[in-house]
Amino acid sequence: MNSKFGIREVVAMGIGTALFVVLTNIQVPIVIVPNTALQPRMAVMAFLAAAFGPIVGGVIGLLGHALGDALFYGSVWWSWVFPEAVVGIAIGLFKNKYAVREGGFNSGKTIVLFNVTQVVANAIAWILVAPVLDILVYAEPANKVFAQGAFAFLGNIIIIGILGTLLLVGYSKIAGKSSDLSAED
Amino acid sequence: MNRLISYEKKDTFIHGLSGFSKLVFFIIWCIVSAMTFDTRVLVVMLLFGAFIYIASGTKWRQVSSIFKAVMFFMTVNLICIFFFAPYQGCEIYGTRHDLVHLFGNYSITCEQLFYELNVLIKYFTVIPAVFIFLVTTDPSELAASINGVGVPYSISYSVAIALRYIPDIQDEFRRIKNAQEARGIEMSIKAPLVERIKRIASIIFPLLFSTMERIDVVSNAMELRGFGKKKTRTWYSRKKLVAADILVIAGVIVFAFVALFITYCDGNRFYNPFI
Repeated sequence: MNSKFGIREVVAMGIGTALFVVLTNIQVPIVIVPNTALQPRMAVMAFLAAAFGPIVGGVIGLLGHALGDALFYGSVWWSWVFPEAVVGIAIGLFKNKYAVREGGFNSGKTIVLFNVTQVVANAIAWILVAPVLDILVYAEPANKVFAQGAFAFLGNIIIIGILGTLLLVGYSKIAGKSSDLSAED
Repeated sequence: MNRLISYEKKDTFIHGLSGFSKLVFFIIWCIVSAMTFDTRVLVVMLLFGAFIYIASGTKWRQVSSIFKAVMFFMTVNLICIFFFAPYQGCEIYGTRHDLVHLFGNYSITCEQLFYELNVLIKYFTVIPAVFIFLVTTDPSELAASINGVGVPYSISYSVAIALRYIPDIQDEFRRIKNAQEARGIEMSIKAPLVERIKRIASIIFPLLFSTMERIDVVSNAMELRGFGKKKTRTWYSRKKLVAADILVIAGVIVFAFVALFITYCDGNRFYNPFI
C-alpha cells in the first residue's frame, strides 16, 4: 500500500459510506417528478470526495448508494448506483487543488473549480450515464428517464453547489492552517 | 428514522452457507435480472425468490414496512412510465391491442400492461436476493467474503467499518437533531425550500465535522495496530466452503446460463406472447 492510499482513506471510505447511508432518507422533495429530490447526502459525498480523493469518492458513491438502497428499500436500482460513483470520482480528481484538510479551500478560485467540476460531473452522470443505463437495463421509455435524469441533475447541482460549497469553506476555516506558513528570509 | 434491515442470527440452511457463496449468488442473480426481460425467466426468478425467502425463516414484520414503501415507489414509477410513453409496450412487442380509450392520445393497450408487468416483476426479482443476503449474512463475515471475490482487503475492510458505524452515526444524527430542535429550529415540512436547506445544514454541519474527527480517531487507532502492513490478511469470521456452498455456486452459474440462453435464443431479450 503506498502513501497516497493509506489507512485514513480506508477509514474515510468506511465511515463516509456509513454517513452517506444514514443520510439516505433525509431528502427534500422538489417537484412531482417521482423519485427525485434534493439529497443532502450528495453534498456530503462531494465534500468527502474533495477531501479524500477519487477512490474514496467513488467508493462512497457506489457502496453508499447500493447499501443505502438495500438497507432502506430492500432492493437496488443499479442504473442509478453507478452515476453516483462517477460524480464522486470526478470531484475527487482535483483533491490536491482543494487541499481541504490543510485549510486550503477558501479562495474564489477553488470554489469556482469545485463548482465547475461538480456541474460537469453531474451532467455526465445524470443526463448521460443514468438514463442510458435505465434504458439498457430496464427498457424504460427514453423521454421519462431523460426527464428524471434532468431533474436529478438540477437537484444535485443545487444541493452540492450550495451545501457542498458551504461545508468545504466552513471546514477549511477550522481545519489546520499549514498553508499559511511561509519561509523566513 | 426508519428501522433498517439488519442481520438476525438463526439456524437455517441459508444462514449456514458461507458469505462468499451468498455474495456470488447475489451478484450473478442481479446480473441475470438486469439482462433478461423474458417473462418466463422473470417469473421463475420471482417464484424462486419467494422460495428462498420462506426458506430463510424471515418474518413478515421484518419486511412489511419496506414492502409497502417499494410498492408505493413502483406504483408511482409505473404510472409515470404510462404518462410519458403510453405506447412503449407496442414499440417493444410490435403489435397493438387496444383495451380502453382514456382521453386524448392515451389508450390502455395489452402490450403496455404486459410491458409494465414485466418492469414490476423485474424489480421484485432483485428484492429477495438483496434482502436475504443482508438478513442472513453476518456483517463481519461480509467483509471476509467481499475480500474472497477478489476485492482488495482495504476496501473490504471499509465495508466492515461502514456497517459497524451506521448505528453510531444514526445515534449521533438523532442527538444533533434533538439538540437543534431544543434550540428552536423546527424540522417540519411546511417551510420554503431555502429555509429547509438551512435547517438541514444545521444538522449536517456538526454531523460532518464530528465524522471527520471520528475518521481521525479510528485511523490513528488502526495505524497504531499496524493495519495495512502486509499484502494479505486473514479473517476471524471467514467460513470454509462446504459441499452445500459449492452446490449453490454451481447451481446459480448453471441457472444464469440457462436463463440467458432462453432469453436470447429468439434474438432479443423480450418474450413476446402477442405474435
